[in-house]
Amino acid sequence: MSAFRAILAKDLLVELRTLQSVPAMALFALTTFVLFRFGLDRESLEGSLAAGVILATVLFAAILAVNRLFVAEREEGGFDAIRLAPVDPAALFVAKAVALVTYLALLQALALPAFGFLFLDDWAGLLPLAGVLLLADAGIAAVGVLVSAIGVNSRARELIVPLLLLPLLVPVMIAAAGAAEPLLAAGGPDYDGVGRWIAMLALYDAVFGAIGYAVYDFLLED
Amino acid sequence: MFRVRLLSLRNLALASVALLVGAFALVFFYAPNDADQGFVQKIFYLHVPLALCALGGFIAAAVHAIRHLRSGDPVHDARAYVSIHISIIFGLAVLVTGSIWARASWGKWWVWDEPTLVSFLIVFLLYATYYPLRFAIEDRDRQARYASVFAITAGAFVPLNFIAVRMAESLVHPRTFATAEGGMPGEMWLTFAVAIAGMALLWATLVRFELVAKSARARISKVRRALDAEATGASRSRIAPTVPSRAGAG
Amino acid sequence: MVSDEVASSQGTLARAGETEGEVAVRASALGRAFGDLVALRDVSFELAAGQTLAVLGPNGSGKTTLVRILATLLRPTEGGVEVLGAELPGRAWRVRGRIGLVGHEPLLYRDLTVAENLAFHSRLHRVEGAAERIAELLAKVRMERRAGELVRNLSAGMAQRVAVCRAVLHRPELLLLDEPRSHLDPEAAAMVEPLIGRESGLTRVVVSHDVGAALAESDRALVLAAGGEVAYEGSAGGVSPGDARAAYGGRP
Repeated sequence: MSAFRAILAKDLLVELRTLQSVPAMALFALTTFVLFRFGLDRESLEGSLAAGVILATVLFAAILAVNRLFVAEREEGGFDAIRLAPVDPAALFVAKAVALVTYLALLQALALPAFGFLFLDDWAGLLPLAGVLLLADAGIAAVGVLVSAIGVNSRARELIVPLLLLPLLVPVMIAAAGAAEPLLAAGGPDYDGVGRWIAMLALYDAVFGAIGYAVYDFLLED
Repeated sequence: MFRVRLLSLRNLALASVALLVGAFALVFFYAPNDADQGFVQKIFYLHVPLALCALGGFIAAAVHAIRHLRSGDPVHDARAYVSIHISIIFGLAVLVTGSIWARASWGKWWVWDEPTLVSFLIVFLLYATYYPLRFAIEDRDRQARYASVFAITAGAFVPLNFIAVRMAESLVHPRTFATAEGGMPGEMWLTFAVAIAGMALLWATLVRFELVAKSARARISKVRRALDAEATGASRSRIAPTVPSRAGAG
Repeated sequence: MVSDEVASSQGTLARAGETEGEVAVRASALGRAFGDLVALRDVSFELAAGQTLAVLGPNGSGKTTLVRILATLLRPTEGGVEVLGAELPGRAWRVRGRIGLVGHEPLLYRDLTVAENLAFHSRLHRVEGAAERIAELLAKVRMERRAGELVRNLSAGMAQRVAVCRAVLHRPELLLLDEPRSHLDPEAAAMVEPLIGRESGLTRVVVSHDVGAALAESDRALVLAAGGEVAYEGSAGGVSPGDARAAYGGRP
């Protein structure tokens, strides 16, 4: 437990100092919104279109963070330091996953208001949407930590990560979009039918969280 | 000592040929034409068994991968690799036959409405990354381990993905193929059953064949090394795992 | 001694390092291959508690590989090895936390300060009285005034001194030192001597390119030739620096 906290605190401290993930994601999100704004040539979005825009943006921004998740460990021989200590490898997995959720949550805190300004007439759906996105973040994090660890030891890391990550995140995309669509409906959020999508997200989080926890040891060995 | 095993390569091959020929005959001479789609529907007997065997193969690969991680024995990695290999080939056939079916039924080469097809495409895309992944990791030992982690993750992904896509499509287009569930007459079921059995045996035959071929190649290069001869260029694949001689068994 | 017998009859949980004559490290026909590349082949040796083993050999002879195996970071592909009574790799978890490694990399996060790095490691190893221990170690290597500096801004020598602190922070029983005095001038080398040198009294495995100095301060020697084969294994007094250097000659 103390190892998990130590690693998480270390990661957040490094991110605070180097600002290598969150600002890049936020900038990317903003640029993407502007692109969509002009590309779709619409003043406002709602329903499935709005859901698609916000989710696609979050997903692609997540790739930036996933790419950089283990870079410090890789460069500074940090894996060795953690492996030399009497620490459960799963603690590293959970710590990195929580860190990634934190970065994504920060991104969403910045991106959702911007999204509202640029595209929404009615902001009522944003708060429940934030909740849905948080659930999706957990799924992204579980799979992202695995893929990042696989990628960090591969050549062409920047290519392998999105190649592996995007298909794996399709169910998250589907479920989050399914929940977001009624929440962003024209007349205000509609909570009917959102439950099944939340359940799907929760199932995904549980399954991949469990798998990641179980197999992580094998990724850490030499 | 020559023991003829029940599951020897030759027996498997013969059995799968027999069943497939039988299925072929049933499809053309026994199963009735579908009320809606007519003769074209018969591609279903090819398409669906291929899909089921491919998906089953991916699950089998995940099981081999679990055994690989637990034991560290490269045999299981070889089995996982070959399972995925054959399943991907089957998967390609699924997409092609599905496309033909869509074209014949609705006039379009691809339909996003059909959940199984879309879900299958996503699974196919995911497993297609198995090769670049293996290629991107140089250390053989680590490559095998990471590939196994991937196979397990992707194996868990298959059912989740299917559920998600199904949920998405059922909201928009409740139409499903009448032939896939309920309303299938007995003759269709029998044909379908024989077709699945034949396809499954074909899958197993191809997997066994590839394992045996790899194993033979490994033994040959071992002999060549012992004789100090040059290694053949063909066996220097960077990603295909070298198969110990007993991988063809079991 | 009675305590020896009791200790050895308790099997693998015996703590080495306290009793004279306990075997701290035992390698039997140890080998490691990376695919087709053989890094170590048929390495066997025994190191008693409190003794120092010098590992010598040219580049590519597997010295670093051997150290990493002993550190539980790498698993052998052949043979067996026992460290502090625990057989690797299966029982590796028993000895993590009792080994200190000074390797080629300082294992410090460049974007954290010296103090933050050492605090992080102390939390990973659950060191008690961490703050005092860190202050004491930094004072010994005369880095206490630089505790608040980012590692990124340190010279290689300073980083190495902090790395030594990191390695001994958790009071390990076995030190694995892969060229520990690289980047250190004689003054700095003297600073770290009480922590990782012979006077520390700890069991040590030292990899060094300074053949004469290494042999002089060691009890046993292991000389590896290119390809990871053992050229000499025995007491340090039994091989002259000249013979040891002959292993560098590149004989097949």
